[in-house]
Amino acid sequence: MTTLETSTTGAVVGAAGPRRSWRVVWIYGVLTAIALVVLVGFARPGVARFGLATGSDFVQLPEVVLPGLATGIVVALVAIACTVAAVLLRRRDRHQPLWLPVVFAVALVVGLLTWATTGAGQSVPLPGLLGGSLALAVPLIFGALGGVISERVGVVNVAIEGQLLAGAFTGAVVASLTRSLIVGLVAAMVAGMLVSFVLAAFAIKYLVDQVIVGVVLNVLVLGLTNFLYTLVLVPASATLNSPPQFSPIAIPVLSAIPVLGPVLFRQTVIVYLMYLGVVAVTIGLFRTKWGLRLRAVGEHPQAADTVGISVGGTRFWNVSLAGAIAGLGGAYLTLASVPSFTRDVTSGAGFIALAAVIFGQWNPVKATLAALLFGFASNLQNVLGIVGSPVPPDFLLMLPYVVTIFAVAGLVGQVRGPAAAGRPYIKG
Amino acid sequence: MKLELRGITKRFGALTANDHIDLVVTPGEIHCLLGENGAGKSTLMNVLYGLYQADEGEILLDDEVQHFSGPGDAMRAGIGMVHQHFMLVPVFTVAENVMLGHESTKAGGRLDLDAARARVREISDRFGFDVDPDARIEDLPVGVQQRVEIIKALSRNAGVLVFDEPTAVLTPQETDELIGIMKQLRDSGTAIVFITHKLREVREVADRITVIRLGQVVGEAEPTASNAELASLMVGRAVELTVDKTPARPGADALVLDDVHVYDLNGVPVVDGVSLTVRAGEILAIAGVQGNGQTELTEAIFGLQPQVTGRIVLDGEELTGRTVRQVLDAGAGFVPEDRQHDGLVPEFTIAENLMLDRADGEPFVRLGALRLKDLAAFAQERLRRFDIRAQGIGTRVGRLSGGNQQKVVLARELSRELRLFVAAQPTRGLDVGSIEFVHEQIVATRDAGVPVIVVSTELDEVVALADRIAVMYRGRVVGVVPADTPRDVLGLMMAGEAPQAVAA
Ligand SMILES: Nc1ncnc2c1ncn2[C@@H]1O[C@H](COP(=O)(O)OP(=O)(O)OP(=O)(O)O)[C@@H](O)[C@H]1O
Ligand SMILES: [Mg+2]
Repeated sequence: MTTLETSTTGAVVGAAGPRRSWRVVWIYGVLTAIALVVLVGFARPGVARFGLATGSDFVQLPEVVLPGLATGIVVALVAIACTVAAVLLRRRDRHQPLWLPVVFAVALVVGLLTWATTGAGQSVPLPGLLGGSLALAVPLIFGALGGVISERVGVVNVAIEGQLLAGAFTGAVVASLTRSLIVGLVAAMVAGMLVSFVLAAFAIKYLVDQVIVGVVLNVLVLGLTNFLYTLVLVPASATLNSPPQFSPIAIPVLSAIPVLGPVLFRQTVIVYLMYLGVVAVTIGLFRTKWGLRLRAVGEHPQAADTVGISVGGTRFWNVSLAGAIAGLGGAYLTLASVPSFTRDVTSGAGFIALAAVIFGQWNPVKATLAALLFGFASNLQNVLGIVGSPVPPDFLLMLPYVVTIFAVAGLVGQVRGPAAAGRPYIKG
Repeated sequence: MKLELRGITKRFGALTANDHIDLVVTPGEIHCLLGENGAGKSTLMNVLYGLYQADEGEILLDDEVQHFSGPGDAMRAGIGMVHQHFMLVPVFTVAENVMLGHESTKAGGRLDLDAARARVREISDRFGFDVDPDARIEDLPVGVQQRVEIIKALSRNAGVLVFDEPTAVLTPQETDELIGIMKQLRDSGTAIVFITHKLREVREVADRITVIRLGQVVGEAEPTASNAELASLMVGRAVELTVDKTPARPGADALVLDDVHVYDLNGVPVVDGVSLTVRAGEILAIAGVQGNGQTELTEAIFGLQPQVTGRIVLDGEELTGRTVRQVLDAGAGFVPEDRQHDGLVPEFTIAENLMLDRADGEPFVRLGALRLKDLAAFAQERLRRFDIRAQGIGTRVGRLSGGNQQKVVLARELSRELRLFVAAQPTRGLDVGSIEFVHEQIVATRDAGVPVIVVSTELDEVVALADRIAVMYRGRVVGVVPADTPRDVLGLMMAGEAPQAVAA
């Protein structure tokens, strides 16, 4: 990645868009201003309490008590510091490092949580909040990884939803029948891949518009699984829809880390596969022959063709791979979180994964972070409702999306997807 | 490596693009392929490179018959091609582009970028290129991108190198450098096929010349042959190489540009205070090295630039701030510089492209519906008059040879009542016969009393067409001089030096 972003002809790169980059700085500024007004100006008296421990912890951590106003001030200061850093980096025409928005976002989230739960009846179970967010994010991340691969190779993948759903259904049924989780997992991958085959065949071979094929596939898989669910699974749910469930495996030392340990390292095999997947796809895309060829095909298929790379083949197999990965995400829904398939169990996760791909700028790590943000956003409302926050939960649910819209608006024109995504390649 | 093509035939439906073509290129020779637009030169090279499969005939390398099922095979066999439209991934670095397709890897399939960088440096040093392996392609000027293409081919030890119209996009200096490189490659034993429409270049580098017409080899020529001989062999008739025009009889001031500034996305002025006047019935040529604001200036006239200040007035009517539609309706015709991006819709047919700018009313649209019969008749007439070589008016424009695409744009723009005509690089990629024709058309437009602006980086063209010459440098007009200004003075002006006496 670094080689992609460095360039010796600094003058030309500098000319590419200082104005647009300032927009990012503006977003820091606006969000910081909002944080100041809300967190400090509208601070409520009292404290917010955060529970850090889970029942099975080795060391039982005490509750953390944060005073509302003071925390608001600290967070606002951090936000201001981030904004200043962004301004300075921009002034010197430096690249904005990834940690800056991450620190900024974490600070704002802490501020928001504290603000929202100041004076609430109960303490906020932090591991529960984070763990729940991760659980919601897992299918999104698998879907987003599939999306990144398939868009990078030049095929717009709107069918992520269908791939997730096919994986969820097939995983549940096959695991129920064979009583084997591994077989179920493999079956889910195959199912996701089959959806991809259809997408690939129509999009690559018959040059049908990729978005249309994707939409049709989603509807098809949804209809098919609904139909089979009512007609076949419901009457015979004991044999066909009661798969075994993955149980969490604690990774020795790592799971003992306070707060984050149990959240990240007391998880099922599928989640560990996901960690591996993010790392493997990132390294694969930017550091290996596979990734170089894949990106070349997505950026300039003709150039790839003229150096002897088969455009159709590369697209076909990588879109299939993307489907298999998304299938895993589906399996998580029916083999790990809840051991059974229900009607439309994905409920739009595939589309949110697609949003994460774009918000994450077609980069696996950034897309993963985006998926985590979306997962967190969905989980926030549940948790705040439970602890009895005095702020209306609907308002809180809205905030992360507002932030997202701001962020995406700032990125528009700055991020650029693979040049040939969505365009079929016709030889000659 | 010795290359031999025997009886290569390639048909596209009813059209025979290559008809039993024989060609031998020996190592250490630069072999020029000459021919009209649509003669079949690019097709032949695409067959050689495995992009098309020949219907008949065989390809031999060092007397061994080859079977290429794709460019990969051709490349492995030692054939390299420098495409006119570069086959480089813009967001990749030089090293990544060079290694693509034959990557060397370290353990675990990881790319060995250091090896690729070393290879780029080694070849750059050998030929004295100045190419940074870590530069991103999209940040590089065209001339350097072309060198990357050459490095790409050489890094696979190409013994045969094909250059398909490599100079069409280069500045004169870059062309000279490329010619030097080609000679160097030849002397190191590479067999080179060189396609160009510029006869001067042919005579400068060619060791042998083969002329193709209508898909057939019509003969060989000696590099010592005169321009006129080469031209008539190509076109099959005598060609006027100089434009035959009477002195202009300019009328009143028609187009007036007053202190025009154009700013790019970053607010940097690319046209920096240009004031020019074009009179009815005269040709003002804008000369200058590519990228000195000429393109932006013409686009500003047509409302294609977002940030323009100053005044642009045509026949007393303000054009500044108008939409493209309004400018066209005011009677302005425009041949944009990049025909493939701005001038044509490649997926549309010739007929559809010919009516692109008149899609919202008479004579081709009535009550919102296309009048296909009138359109067909009109398109047929244009096809004939502009000698567009195609199977028919239903042919998709993307399938036409480069020169014929350009003719489609011209045919469209010159088919209306005009009050202003602006042509940017009107003959880029055209053969000598077509250039003669286009020049005649431009002069005829002038003689009909239309103010004409011709933007060209070719001094030959500027001198041939202009009634007056404006030279642009870094967004400013260095001076406006009469058409008979000596070339060396123009050359100095193109480098930014003010002329001694600003006449005209
Ligand atoms: N893919 C294709 N399908 C159909 N016809 C084609 C195709 N490619 C080329 N042709 C036709 O074949 C003929 C030869 O085209 P070619 O591109 O080889 O000409 P050229 O000699 O390279 O001309 P130019 O000097 O204008 O580049 C033209 O009539 C063109 O329209
Ligand atoms: Mg050609």
